[in-house]
Amino acid sequence: MLQSISDAWNSLSAYGQHTVWTTVWTIAITIVLILCVAFTTLWERKVIGWMQLRRGPNRVRILGMFPGMGQPFADVVKLLTKEVIIPANANKFLFRLAPMIALIPAFAAWAVIPLSTTIVVSKANAGLLYLLSLSSMGVYGVIIAGWAANSKYAFLGAMRSAAQMVAYEIAMGFALVGVIIASQSLNLGDIIERQQGGFLAWNWFWLFPLMIVYFISGVAETNRAPFDVAEGESEIVAGFHVEYSGIAFALFFLAEYANMILISALTAVFFFGGWLSPVAGYGALGDSILGQPSLGWLLLKTFLCLFLFLWFRATFPRYRYDQIMRLGWKVLIPVTIVWIGVEMVLAWYKVGPWARVALLAH
Amino acid sequence: MAVVNPFKTLLLTELLKGMMVTGRNFFSTKYTLNYPEEKTPQSPRFRGLHAQRRYANGQERCIACKLCEAVCPAVCITIDSEVAPDGTRRTSRYDIDLFKCIYCGFCEEACPVDAIVLTRIHEYHMEHRGENIMSKDKLLAVGERYEAMIAADKAADAPYR
Repeated sequence: MLQSISDAWNSLSAYGQHTVWTTVWTIAITIVLILCVAFTTLWERKVIGWMQLRRGPNRVRILGMFPGMGQPFADVVKLLTKEVIIPANANKFLFRLAPMIALIPAFAAWAVIPLSTTIVVSKANAGLLYLLSLSSMGVYGVIIAGWAANSKYAFLGAMRSAAQMVAYEIAMGFALVGVIIASQSLNLGDIIERQQGGFLAWNWFWLFPLMIVYFISGVAETNRAPFDVAEGESEIVAGFHVEYSGIAFALFFLAEYANMILISALTAVFFFGGWLSPVAGYGALGDSILGQPSLGWLLLKTFLCLFLFLWFRATFPRYRYDQIMRLGWKVLIPVTIVWIGVEMVLAWYKVGPWARVALLAH
Repeated sequence: MAVVNPFKTLLLTELLKGMMVTGRNFFSTKYTLNYPEEKTPQSPRFRGLHAQRRYANGQERCIACKLCEAVCPAVCITIDSEVAPDGTRRTSRYDIDLFKCIYCGFCEEACPVDAIVLTRIHEYHMEHRGENIMSKDKLLAVGERYEAMIAADKAADAPYR
């Protein structure tokens, strides 16, 4: 058995082996990501519960152990067994297509995210551009869902979402321009490599305002509280997904959480040195195993950013619509523009990350 | 102030203060009880499911004076009376509609012979239409079954009356 597998493997061309490896990695990452999403929903309910002095879900168990851990699976079974109702006047094709359009970019984006020095599906040189284009694709899922449902509330939600995306995509793009200037590369692996040398060498230190702007825009992009006007329950029922039920609704849910994890991972990659260790280069600690770059560091950073998403949701009331627009256009975009100017000055005098870039050039 | 405010806004101080509050609560003791396993302490005055009591010799207390029917603000008590074989005035019908009842306890207060009482039982349910009507038999059955508890509760509350 093993022999025949290894024979089949060796008979493949280099290109074939590469294809098989990529497929295996893609499937593995997708499955792990779906499991992460499942447990993120549970973790969110737990965290918000704890912050509101409740306990959160603690009834469904796995194998009679771990109270609450079975909750996501119970939810999935519930949603899978429910009927998917398609409204009579809905555009049937787009109505079915929308959840997929929302979900696919959220997963596809992981292709270029380097999980460790070696684990990455694609070392695309234009990885950052790919990410920007994919993250704007996800918005179409929301807009198409709102339009196809042929419902006033869904349509209002979609319109709000569209306007919000336009505003925050710009701020997000500008924040990333700052990252590109600092790392002089669009390749995510290179962006991480350029941040080498302890946690003060990471981008967040010199690009602090951009980091804040990027994360806030990320929260707005994923339609999370306090920017969740697209689904604002108190005003427009559930916004763009009012008419969705069963597993079609679950797909939107999955997309939202996958996007959250994605934005967290990207924040870790762009501003917190990805898989680099925070103590690298700090004496004995930097020489020990803690100083080594590893997948664990990326996961830890992603987890901490994800926690911020949940913390925000438990803390802040929803922004009014005009406040969202004001924040996006009149605060975040000017802040990024100012800081890009500051970066130009820093780069001219070879301070911070540009000192290292200058060293690399020689 | 005009100079300070933009800085306050830009540095997100108010938002951080808010996050400190939720952050503190994240670690503090939770109020929720794990309900079926843990329960909140109950007062002996708790007003739950109704019951009718009997005297120690087995004679039912209710004398069909209809004070409870008169005082009931939800009009959920229906009483018919008759003369019992031993010549006393007794109820032939004593129905409480649990759907109408608001558990105010006025019937218990009005009763001159402590016949109708509200017990601590609050975990009960109905599976069929009509089970919401507590007939005299059902009320007496509840009273017989929980007489010890009811008597203890009344004794605990007696000093305050």
